[in-house]
Parts: sequence; structure tokens; C-alpha cells
Amino acid sequence: MTASVALKDKEVAVDEEGYLVNLADWNEDVARTMAADDGIALTDNHWEVINFLREYYAEYQVAPAIRVLTKAIGKKLGPEKGNSKYLYELFPYGPAKQACRYAGLPKPTGCI
Amino acid sequence: MSGTQAGEGGNSKVKRFMIVNRKAPYGTIYALEALEVVLIGAAFDQDVSLVFADDGVYQLKKGQQTKDIGQKNFSPTYRALGDYDVEKLYVERESLQARGLAPEDLLVPVRVLGSTELSVLMEEQDVVLSF
Repeated sequence: MTASVALKDKEVAVDEEGYLVNLADWNEDVARTMAADDGIALTDNHWEVINFLREYYAEYQVAPAIRVLTKAIGKKLGPEKGNSKYLYELFPYGPAKQACRYAGLPKPTGCI
Repeated sequence: MSGTQAGEGGNSKVKRFMIVNRKAPYGTIYALEALEVVLIGAAFDQDVSLVFADDGVYQLKKGQQTKDIGQKNFSPTYRALGDYDVEKLYVERESLQARGLAPEDLLVPVRVLGSTELSVLMEEQDVVLSF
């Protein structure tokens, strides 16, 4: 039994926690659909974090833990965005976990 | 607490963990698993250091290409360790020299130590995990 996310034209497979099975299946539609299933409409602020995560993964081949994400966002986008409060408002299920899922990345290592 | 990262709000005692890497990066799962342990330890705010000895020094070799063996090249992740505040990376001098390698051949800055110095460091750890 495999779970999947239903896009307009196809379905993409996800694991039991909702993360993409094949990272190559990702496109912006996947992110929008996953978010919509959680009742969230993605804004530019969401995309900023999602795109940041994708760049981080492309560079280091690892999905950053929340502490690393917060610090790195602060460095890149400024302290008003590099803090837990801001990130939790955008991604209430846990910024690293939830944003990595929308970004089509694996669950961050060290995430419980 | 679901949705909470392990590292947040931890107040238990910080232990000194040393992860000793002795195997080549591919062909077995040891190197990747060791790296996972390092990231998990760091997420739990532990004091984590790494040693690369024997064929383990190849894990840090620049220019790894894994396409033909169908495995993920996880070597870029060593460059993210600084983001995790993991900054103590030691390479055993004898192992490096025996393989014709120099620190410039490695992906990240390391401290090169002799086996005697390393054994002193190992003595100071709370936990030593060998992979």
C-alpha cells in the first residue's frame, strides 16, 4: 500500500509520513497540493523558505535540522525571518519537517 | 512533543561523543550511518567530534562521483557540519600518508594528528563509537 499526492494530471508517491519517495517527482505543484491538503495557501514567504531548503539540499545533500535552518535563514534573509516564531507561523507543524516535505526533501535527520 | 526538533529545549547533560570512521565511503553503509549519528548527536546538542582513520580518510576525499555505482554522493554533507556546530574533525596522519593524500585533497578543513595524539583524545571522551 503506497500513499500518494494527487496532482491535476498525475499522482506522486509519498511515504507514510507524507515525504516524496522520489525526490525527482517534485515540482511547485507538488508543494502547492501538499500545502492545500494541510489547509495552507503558500505565500511568497513560504516559497522563500521552501526555495532556501531546496538550495541547501542541492549544495549539501542534507535536509537541515531546525536549528541549522533558523540560523541559515537569519544569515541569508535577516534576523526578522531567522527566528522560530516567524518560521512556526509559516509552518505550524514544525518549520524544518513541514517545509522540507513541501520542498520534496527527506525528513531532516534528528527530527523526532 | 510532535513537530519539535530534538535539539530544542534539551537540558540533559552534554556528553562528549567521538565517532571513529575507518571504512571507505561506499560499499558498506557504515560511513553514511556514522554521518547520520553525527547529525543526530548535533541535533541533541551533544559535543560531537569525528576521527577519520584507515580507509575512513577516503570519506573526506574531494571529487567523489557515485553515479556509476547508483548511490547518493553524500560527501557534500561533510561541508554542512559547521552549520551543525560540529567543528572537531581529526584525520590520522599515518592513514592519510599511507594513501598518498594530503589535507588539500580533503573536502573540509581538518586537524591531522598522529595515532598517539588521537589515543589521548579518545581517552577524554564519554562515548567512542567506531564505524
